[in-house]
Amino acid sequence: MLEAHNLHVWFGAGADKFHAVKDASFSISQGESFGLVGESGSGKSTILKAIIGLAENWTGHLTVDGETLGKKRNRNFYSKVQMVFQDPYASLHPRHTVDRCLSEPLRMRKTSNIDARINQSLNDVGLDPTYRFRYPHQLSGGQRQRVAIARTLIQDAKFLLLDEPTSALDVSVQAEILNLLNDLKRQKGLTYLLVSHDLAVVSHMCDRIAIMQAGKIVETIDKQMLRTATTETDYAAALISASHGFKRSTSQI
Amino acid sequence: MTALLTVEDLWVRFQTRNRLVEAVRGISFSVGRERIGIVGESGSGKSMTGRAILGLVQHPGIVQAKRIDFKGRDLTSLSDRDLRAIRGQHISMIMQDPKYSLNPVIKVGHQIAESYRLHHKSSRTEAKIKTLEMLEEVQIPDPERVFNTYPHELSGGMGQRVMIAMMLIPNPEILIADEPTSALDVTVQKRVLEIMDKLVRDRGMGLIFISHDLNLVSSFCDRILIMYAGRIIETCLAKDLHNTSHPYTRGLLNSLPSLQNPSEKLPILNRDPRWKEEPSVNAIREYSNA
Ligand SMILES: Nc1ncnc2c1ncn2[C@@H]1O[C@H](COP(=O)(O)OP(=O)(O)OP(=O)(O)O)[C@@H](O)[C@H]1O
Ligand SMILES: Nc1ncnc2c1ncn2[C@@H]1O[C@H](COP(=O)(O)OP(=O)(O)OP(=O)(O)O)[C@@H](O)[C@H]1O
Ligand SMILES: [Mg+2]
Ligand SMILES: [Mg+2]
Repeated sequence: MLEAHNLHVWFGAGADKFHAVKDASFSISQGESFGLVGESGSGKSTILKAIIGLAENWTGHLTVDGETLGKKRNRNFYSKVQMVFQDPYASLHPRHTVDRCLSEPLRMRKTSNIDARINQSLNDVGLDPTYRFRYPHQLSGGQRQRVAIARTLIQDAKFLLLDEPTSALDVSVQAEILNLLNDLKRQKGLTYLLVSHDLAVVSHMCDRIAIMQAGKIVETIDKQMLRTATTETDYAAALISASHGFKRSTSQI
Repeated sequence: MTALLTVEDLWVRFQTRNRLVEAVRGISFSVGRERIGIVGESGSGKSMTGRAILGLVQHPGIVQAKRIDFKGRDLTSLSDRDLRAIRGQHISMIMQDPKYSLNPVIKVGHQIAESYRLHHKSSRTEAKIKTLEMLEEVQIPDPERVFNTYPHELSGGMGQRVMIAMMLIPNPEILIADEPTSALDVTVQKRVLEIMDKLVRDRGMGLIFISHDLNLVSSFCDRILIMYAGRIIETCLAKDLHNTSHPYTRGLLNSLPSLQNPSEKLPILNRDPRWKEEPSVNAIREYSNA
């Protein structure tokens, strides 16, 4: 479904030019869930943004569903690929109600039963119909994130880029969303590229995982290796061993 | 230990187009020089509780309380101006959406430095040096570059850390941290928690730590309030979280995915409509003067 070869991404220009992703290569097959984890600021979101067409200064090779990507994405591309942004505000228009946010993509595709589809999609993410006429600022952090997920799912794309999709959710709602994503994957053969800093979530969802640090993919492992902490690099080992709660030491700082 | 903050019978309500939303429904709790964790499901009123203490609930929200006592002063009776002074100097809050609490058109370094100069008499150069130090302390790898970026150029976790650095500048007596580490990888998260932990232990700061990460809260905090539908449904010592009895709390614990032993499908919580009607548990604690 996705091939990335020698992907480099830059931001800014001149003296401020910043090399955010350095020579990343990985591939995801159809129906697979691929995880991206690693240091905060290491370039995970940037890789997703390059794929979806929001980071234009990149080099290397990107192929999605057999089609080689250039600088611009056409409409057809967005019918296949959709993204849940790390920051839910970024995908929700502040002056549009939840209803409008969900109905617009349906209208564009001339879908029938818009009303029923909206209620169903809200229900899927655990929100009752009374939320339909709220604005984003009238929602809690996790409710906003769920509306962003609903908006992405309602568009029926087959390749989803999910950037920390459950970071603002408590574990009970997170469980519902993760189950929903897995059900959809089974029923419709969806492919996921999932970014999360929660290794338990990644271990639950993903078949293979790339670990990033300072713009580079330092290691790619499968879920069995993640669960048993079988890694080659020190960074990957440190990341996995640190994910066991907070230990208060007396000799710190 | 004495109480720094006592909240009694706090309500937050919103009139929306079709109905009255009761976001917080009569909760009572106290905070001493300790780490209080607030957990609970999405929409249960955690953020509104934090905002209400500081008078930051936006229009048309209505806040009511018998009292919100901060070291003998009732915050509910203060003027906007006095409340702003409390907010600037005594109680800080790290918001859940950090990037949106920063000014989008000013470089982040300047925002931190400005805030530093507001609280400490210092020259611009000194404020800049301090700012770079603080960025380094919250594990930003390249402080010089980040000093000169705008908020939208930060990654999710960097935005959170910038906000944490900013909120620690006034040396607050109480810090309300709303999901402060939700975007951080575990190694950076640990470091940031150590900074907060040190402030509680060395300076006697009171910490209200809002999080959905149960393992984190039970290993990091002293006491935990569990919220459901605007009320405190249960409270316990952090170390006893795994022995709690309420079916809601048990359900939360069961829905955690496990790194080592994943299951095909995660258990789902079946919410009992009666939970909404249960009275709120009083979480005001007796503090001895030891
Ligand atoms: N628009 C931009 N302009 C300049 N630099 C940027 C921009 N967007 C991101 N960066 C920089 O690129 C680097 C990678 O950012 P990215 O958002 O991909 O990190 P991330 O791995 O997703 O981190 P996190 O886990 O904290 O979200 C960061 O150092 C960030 O400051
Ligand atoms: N302006 C508003 N108008 C109406 N209802 C609102 C408004 N702002 C918040 N609410 C509602 O108040 C309730 C409590 O919100 P709050 O932000 O405190 O939740 P939370 O516990 O922090 O949840 P999360 O974990 O998702 O951030 C939510 O159900 C939310 O929909
Ligand atoms: Mg990111
Ligand atoms: Mg919240």
